Amino acid sequence: MTTAAADADIHAALSGVTRVYPETIATPPVHALGPLDLELKRGEFFAVVGPSGCGKSTLLEVLAGLQQPTAGTVMFEGRTVSGKVPDGIGVVFQEDASFPWMTVWDNAAFGLRRNGVATAEIRRRVDDALAFMGLTEFARAYPAQLSGGMRQRVCISRTLVLQPRLILLDEPFGALDAQTRLLMGDEVLRLWRRTGATVLLITHALDEAAMLSDRIGAMSARPGRFLDIVVTGWSRERDSKIVSEPQFGEITGRLWEDLRGESLKSLGHPGMAAG
Amino acid sequence: MIATRRAADTAIILIIMLLAWQALHQLVGATALPGPVPTLAYLARFVPSERFAENAWATLVCFFYALLLSYGIGLAIGVWMGIHRLSGAVGEPILISLYTLPKVTLYPVVLLIFGLSLSGRVTFGAMHGVLPVALLTMSAIRNIPPVYLKSARTLHLSGWQTILTMLFPAALPEIVGGLRIGFTLTLLGVLLAEMFAAKQGLGSLIINAMQLMQAEEMLTVAVVLFAFAALANALLLWIEHRLHRRV
Amino acid sequence: MSRVGWIRLAVLAIAIGLLELCCRLGLIDQRVVIPPSEMAVALVRLLISGEANEQIVRTFGIVLLAALISVVAGFALGAVIHALPRVRQSLDPFFATYYAVPIFIFYPVMIVIFGLSAIPIVLMGVATAIVAMIIATLNGLDRVPQVLAKVARVHRMGAIATALRLKLPAAAPHLFTGVKLAVSYAFIGVIASEFILAPAGLGRVISDAYTDFNNRQMYALMLLLIIVATIVNMFLHVVDQRWAERRGIAKP
Repeated sequence: MTTAAADADIHAALSGVTRVYPETIATPPVHALGPLDLELKRGEFFAVVGPSGCGKSTLLEVLAGLQQPTAGTVMFEGRTVSGKVPDGIGVVFQEDASFPWMTVWDNAAFGLRRNGVATAEIRRRVDDALAFMGLTEFARAYPAQLSGGMRQRVCISRTLVLQPRLILLDEPFGALDAQTRLLMGDEVLRLWRRTGATVLLITHALDEAAMLSDRIGAMSARPGRFLDIVVTGWSRERDSKIVSEPQFGEITGRLWEDLRGESLKSLGHPGMAAG
Repeated sequence: MIATRRAADTAIILIIMLLAWQALHQLVGATALPGPVPTLAYLARFVPSERFAENAWATLVCFFYALLLSYGIGLAIGVWMGIHRLSGAVGEPILISLYTLPKVTLYPVVLLIFGLSLSGRVTFGAMHGVLPVALLTMSAIRNIPPVYLKSARTLHLSGWQTILTMLFPAALPEIVGGLRIGFTLTLLGVLLAEMFAAKQGLGSLIINAMQLMQAEEMLTVAVVLFAFAALANALLLWIEHRLHRRV
Repeated sequence: MSRVGWIRLAVLAIAIGLLELCCRLGLIDQRVVIPPSEMAVALVRLLISGEANEQIVRTFGIVLLAALISVVAGFALGAVIHALPRVRQSLDPFFATYYAVPIFIFYPVMIVIFGLSAIPIVLMGVATAIVAMIIATLNGLDRVPQVLAKVARVHRMGAIATALRLKLPAAAPHLFTGVKLAVSYAFIGVIASEFILAPAGLGRVISDAYTDFNNRQMYALMLLLIIVATIVNMFLHVVDQRWAERRGIAKP
């Protein structure tokens, strides 16, 4: 994988990345992640699944440039990521990050206004994004008037208008009920197809990962490393109906094989994991 | 270990306050503001004296009656407005605006009705304490999760059993919070009444000391009241935290 | 207006009507309480004559000044203390006790130090109000979601832009609660000080009217204070509630 052609196909990469949280007065140092390698191909949908506390979110934040790796390098579009979030990366967080003091429309326009984009262009892109996310009729509403799922759509719109080439989703549907999550999954697939962006999704839900992704990285308990990379082989035109296909069961089954022991470890039952 | 560090930090704050007092004393002179050392020396002499005991007793008696009234009336209003939703909805804004009113304005009316008597000071103290007790009791009762009532019914509890074993314990922490604020404000009301017009009590002692330019006595009384209020508050706060943790 | 609102209005009207009736029928001695209608008439006359204007302006000016100082300085101090967790921890018991101590007992001390002027009154107003603003600022900054700092970095915002564009608006409803408390506490602090001992001001005039048995003047000014304080407090309360509602913040 050293030829120029192959490199051009790699959109973002982590090589030999580890992350150790330094010791504080109350806690010893924590080895959260790695060493770990990951290459994201341009335009692919990659999901990371693992037990809670395994360093999934740390991986996302290191890739986004929100955290510095303790060792190793992070590359995005051929450049090293260090200390700053590079242009072209959009992040949607697990927590509700909508701005409650702004209307839905102003929320979506936030990034464009900061970048000094012309008013007409802002209007075009925001209207477009809100229409795409089904928020047009709520454009004048405030986030407090919307449900959790709707607020997460507002955050996605805010990211979408900036036309990111790499979208990082940090358990964006973690707080939603299972049915809403499946529907939001469809939205994300539509978005992925339309923008052509590369997507990295962090999730703890095996079905979500299996349904959405081209490839799935199963991560071990802390320090997080990849135990297995599962290639799903879905067509690009998939949606939530694939949950009824036998292949879907096989994928979730394999992921659960990979992760069962690790999940027990993170529950604090190492003995059971061995048996 | 963290607890001891906190205690140490708080001790440092106390020392800084004492140093600030000393610095202010150096700045404005000994006649206007005696330093901490002469004040504490005066305190050691003054507190055991008969005059202090008489005035402190007068304040305590007045405060006791006022507190009794505050708690009795406040709890009654609070329980009623908490249970009877319509009264609560109608009365809450009225109580809130009375709560934020500078009640000193009304003291002359109290004086016109009761004259310069103990009952006037007690009434004025109670006027301060009733409102927070009533408001927080009402909100405590309203905040009882409805699921408790449902559980009480599935357990076939009688009306009184429900109140004693479910509603009262559930509302208790917040009610105690109201009682704590009621304690504070009743004390404030009693002292204000004594400062404005009274011949005995610690509040009048402070005003007399000021008029006679006896700064040491004035500060001594202030320090004693400060310590009393702070300790009582700490005790009530401790009870409140214990109750919250239990729930 | 809602049904509850009408009932509330009726309750207040009946209460005032009863008081009026009791005074008129002589059940309440007019040397103690004058009928509410006469209070209102006396207030209107007093305002038209302009006798008390100077005192009115003085007192409300001092309240405004004390509230302003408390809000600005309280916010600044709150922001600094919030940035220093260890200082804050050690100050916590101090804040928890502050309003439990009747700080009015220090008013005579202030008079002895600064003399009988407006300064001790402003200081008492600030002393009653500022800590509420500090506590509200700390509370508001605590409630700024951590994720906003990450959002700021994703948008490549600097520290100042993050503070002004994200953290301040996120904390704003809580800060407003501090403003509301600061205004009503400054009111209480200033009026109470003027009442106990002051060279001038509404509190002093009411207290003088009481000593001179000038009930008309006393009740007129009392009514004025109650009306102004109620209107200001209710206005701030309503704005506070509206804001909290729009932002989905549960307020007691």
